[in-house]
Amino acid sequence: MTPARELVVISGKGGTGKTSVVAAFAALAGGAALADCDVDAADLHLVLHPELGSEHPFSGRNQAVIDPEACTACGRCAEVCRFAAVLGSPDDGYTIDPIACEGCELCRRVCPAEAIRMTPVVNGAWMLSETQFGPLVHARLGVAEDNSGKLVTLVRNEARRVAEERRLPLVIVDGSPGIGCPVIASLAGAHLVLAVTEPTVSGQHDLGRVLQVVRQFRLPFAVCVNKADLNPGLTTRIVDEVTAAGAEFVATVDYDPAVTHAQVAGTDVIAYGGRAAAEITRVWEAVSAVLSPSLEGEVIDG
Amino acid sequence: MRIAIASGKGGTGKTTLATNLAALLAGRGVTVRLLDCDVEEPDCHLFLHPRVEHRELVNVLVPAVDEERCTLCGACAEVCAFKAITVIGSTVLVFPELCHSCGACSLLCPEKAIDEEGRDTGVVEHGIVSLPGRPAFPLVTGVLSVGEAKAVPTTRATLASADDASVDVVLVDAPPGTSCPVIEAVRGSDLVVLVTEPTPFGLHDLELAVEMVRALDLRCVVAVNRADLGDDRVHRFCADQGIEIVLEVANDRRIAEAYARGELLLDAIPGLEEELSVAWERIAAAARRQEVPS
Repeated sequence: MTPARELVVISGKGGTGKTSVVAAFAALAGGAALADCDVDAADLHLVLHPELGSEHPFSGRNQAVIDPEACTACGRCAEVCRFAAVLGSPDDGYTIDPIACEGCELCRRVCPAEAIRMTPVVNGAWMLSETQFGPLVHARLGVAEDNSGKLVTLVRNEARRVAEERRLPLVIVDGSPGIGCPVIASLAGAHLVLAVTEPTVSGQHDLGRVLQVVRQFRLPFAVCVNKADLNPGLTTRIVDEVTAAGAEFVATVDYDPAVTHAQVAGTDVIAYGGRAAAEITRVWEAVSAVLSPSLEGEVIDG
Repeated sequence: MRIAIASGKGGTGKTTLATNLAALLAGRGVTVRLLDCDVEEPDCHLFLHPRVEHRELVNVLVPAVDEERCTLCGACAEVCAFKAITVIGSTVLVFPELCHSCGACSLLCPEKAIDEEGRDTGVVEHGIVSLPGRPAFPLVTGVLSVGEAKAVPTTRATLASADDASVDVVLVDAPPGTSCPVIEAVRGSDLVVLVTEPTPFGLHDLELAVEMVRALDLRCVVAVNRADLGDDRVHRFCADQGIEIVLEVANDRRIAEAYARGELLLDAIPGLEEELSVAWERIAAAARRQEVPS
């Protein structure tokens, strides 16, 4: 048994239809482990309705805490902190702003009174749940919390682990918008990156930036232009650009209100049916052909 | 007055609202400055075509080891909470992308062998937007370098011109989500406008965004895009939470197509300027209500 292949779906710009595409792929894959790595705004569970399996606390960082009894209000901590996380004054004493604290521990190290200790911040949770299409690893990041990259890595690792355990051939990762730390954490080692974009000036611009990141990692990538009929001229330009840039394939999906209706109905696009369902099925066939010839036989006809 | 425009979910219309509001206000003679703080994917310039007047690089500090003085004692590696510096054999290895610039290694090196040097992770572009028939206004754009993981220093540098008493209104276009770059972008604003759409994803991510706003002790109002598209759960949520809906824009293919071409909706969609004016009055009133006397 070869280890599971990993498909990572990203977009650059938000709101292009990543999660709807991932949910449809889950329905079409006939047995894949799913990883919702948009930990900032995880939405996959809203269409896949998982039965919650196990929940595990996530601690992404440590935070400094000042013991008011031991503190002599010398102010050394405030002096060295680069994150403006030490609040107070020599008269009022000092406390730590838990949101601003980066967990660098410098204050603890320099405190002459040894009044500062570090405590792990439980700032999220990750869950292993069951959907009708396979296991789903998802997470919740406490709002106003840092370290989404670390949580993304954890979610991916757990999804790979469960795929191996259950001998599933594929892991499908729903990524974050943007190009920063959660996106970078979701990319390394992927077998195929599918970027879902739209033919808008911002969709094109943001796709260009995120594909630069993908190419820095030297990963094979493909592109799906969603809502392609919104601006056929720009769709053609995007198709030409990414083909020239070496995309494995470029697929287009026309705007279909059924995608939103499926979401409102709390179901995936494939179950809901319609034109987009047929088109996304074709994208899935292209994805599975690139990923592995052995997956092709498992494609369900749309 | 500083107004941040944010959303839990991406693609709901933050940039559309920010750029059109800025143009609207400029047209009314309000001195406005737009800060594009979605530094991972800054898009305001695609709609406003600024003339960039100057660029400043965003520097973060990373350790620079003086090999003459270094005794390879390993104290730096021991005090680094982020595993960004380590001693391997006879060299000290720095991983700049892991460094949080806390200064611990430099301060605590017993040999004073570590200095800090700047590393560019982004750029802030200061531009002037000149739209036909409207007074020019500044657009400040933060651009994170491709391949960089940490957006916050660039966000912070973009916000450096936010507190300027000579400007009536500062508009901040925030990134999507609720994590650190978003927090950085919305902090310090008098009001956060959360843009959403009435779908399950829109509602779920709005709930997270409202939670974030409250965790930061800020206040918010909501703008609903594609308002007739989904169901009424966003409206019910806002009513339950006592959050004012300041703007509702119907799902309109003309809007989607104008946006796709990079056009300002004020120019492309007749009647929208009036709707947006009403929305601005509500936003400004809500922001003024929040200006708590200290």
